[in-house]
Amino acid sequence: MTGNAPILELDRLGKVFSADGHSVAALDDVSLAFRRGECHAIVGESGSGKTTLANLVLGLIGATSGEIRFDGATLGRSRTREQKRAIQLVQQNPLSALNPRRSVGASIRLPLDVHDLGRRSERDARVASLLKEVGLEPEHARRSPRGLSGGQRQRIAIARALACEPELLVLDEPTSALDVLVQARVLQLLQRLRQERGLTYLFITHDLAVVRAIADRVSVFQKGRLVETGPVEAIFSDPKSAYTRELIGAIPVVTEAEAALRAAIRAGAPVPAGAE
Amino acid sequence: MAHNTLQKPVLTIRDLRLAFGDRRHPTPVLHGISMHIRPGEKVALVGESGSGKSVTARLAMGLLQDQKRVHVSGSIFFDGIDAARGGAEIARRRGNRVAMIFQDPTSALNPTFKIRGQFRDVLRSGDRSISNDEADRRAEAALAEVSIPDPKRALDSYAFQLSGGMNQRVMIAMALANRPQLLIADEPGTALDVTVQAQTLNLMHELTEKTGTSVLLISHNLGVVREFADRVYVIYRGRIVEHGTTAQLFNDPRHPYTRALLAAIPKISGGGLPDLPERSPEFENPLIVHEGCGEPTEAFA
Repeated sequence: MTGNAPILELDRLGKVFSADGHSVAALDDVSLAFRRGECHAIVGESGSGKTTLANLVLGLIGATSGEIRFDGATLGRSRTREQKRAIQLVQQNPLSALNPRRSVGASIRLPLDVHDLGRRSERDARVASLLKEVGLEPEHARRSPRGLSGGQRQRIAIARALACEPELLVLDEPTSALDVLVQARVLQLLQRLRQERGLTYLFITHDLAVVRAIADRVSVFQKGRLVETGPVEAIFSDPKSAYTRELIGAIPVVTEAEAALRAAIRAGAPVPAGAE
Repeated sequence: MAHNTLQKPVLTIRDLRLAFGDRRHPTPVLHGISMHIRPGEKVALVGESGSGKSVTARLAMGLLQDQKRVHVSGSIFFDGIDAARGGAEIARRRGNRVAMIFQDPTSALNPTFKIRGQFRDVLRSGDRSISNDEADRRAEAALAEVSIPDPKRALDSYAFQLSGGMNQRVMIAMALANRPQLLIADEPGTALDVTVQAQTLNLMHELTEKTGTSVLLISHNLGVVREFADRVYVIYRGRIVEHGTTAQLFNDPRHPYTRALLAAIPKISGGGLPDLPERSPEFENPLIVHEGCGEPTEAFA
């Protein structure tokens, strides 16, 4: 972790969606810093604003208020090619994220061509080395994503994101569609890549057990507002907000140790309603 | 469960085999699975995608047998019939003797009819002579029982006007409205938020206890299984690999596949991620049955 300086800062960020005279604050006055080299998890249920947050960071939508800073510079909706390259996305469902009519190799090569990275003659070799880096074989480049398993497809989506040599990866539920044994392998891959490449992760998930396994820091969102943020250990030993306790208390668990932790968190000092 | 091992099972599956495709080159999906559920028991069938757990549920409901290029052998004894043969006998029991809850409640309900009409159809499948007024009265009572705040309004709504959690409650109320002997729940609440999923499972638990309905829970989530089920079958690639009570299975998992699954799940108590293979020849090891959990030997046809 280089110096713990923030790579990404959200400063009083807000996003309001309006239609037919109704408006909803999908994100409400959120200030948050993501430190370089960390895996920072964003947790919340549907409607919490986690996807809106990702879309704002990626520049897919514009903020209503507040500011996003990346490497100290303000990020607006129109971004330089360099700014776009530095932030990449891995989505939940790799089958819909990959073009089914394009070979795996062509999908991974596309960002190299778009961003004009490396010499043209070396790009196919670059695709092969990216495939190896995510645990696949260079031969997979000729395949169609349809003929591959869910885990292999997600590895390809990760390879494509890495092709741009990003600094920040936005991972939107990257393992929720995967079986548990496959999920464990993909999470391990993500952990290794972060260490080897010094990447920063903005890791969106609804699964707090995954957060415990992979994240350094976690921010809990509810209805567009930041409810709680802190190091992962702190959230699981002494959650401050009633909502975080409710979330942890609802997780189905598989071991006695987990059940004991959950029982202790459920029994935590009651917070009066509306006191958040 | 010790208290009801003398009672005749509600559902007995014997050596069930299923294959898809043409007769000369069929693709086997189930390789001969056997399981049983006794009255009032909650039994889970847990496995990964493609393991055969959902097709087992569909066969028990008689929803697959009549399709083309589906080859079934073995038997599914339920309510005096062999459901493995499909046809009218099992079709007549759907919705009243055996009911099903699906993963995504909003898409399981018909978007073009209000809840009221769909609920009437369900009640009519149990009692053909029921009047509209009587059906509505029972539907309102059933919705109140699943804690729907304004049952009248819910009946006059379309599924897309209600939240996922509300639709799940409607589904549960409909499924249990005719007091079925058996409820098949295929990944209930998986599409919902974790707090709503927990409420759904509590509700299902409470109501089936009250009505004495047996439950077959189909799930990939071992946490959900541990919370809900009395007894568990673990299925891997079309074969049952381990069978035991929930306590036996979670405290003393013996099959390499079950052990791998339990180790691979991230824990809220910490411990990081183990280095496990996605596949191993060991996962194909023979079935392990825990003490006191054998299949019944009597005939139930």
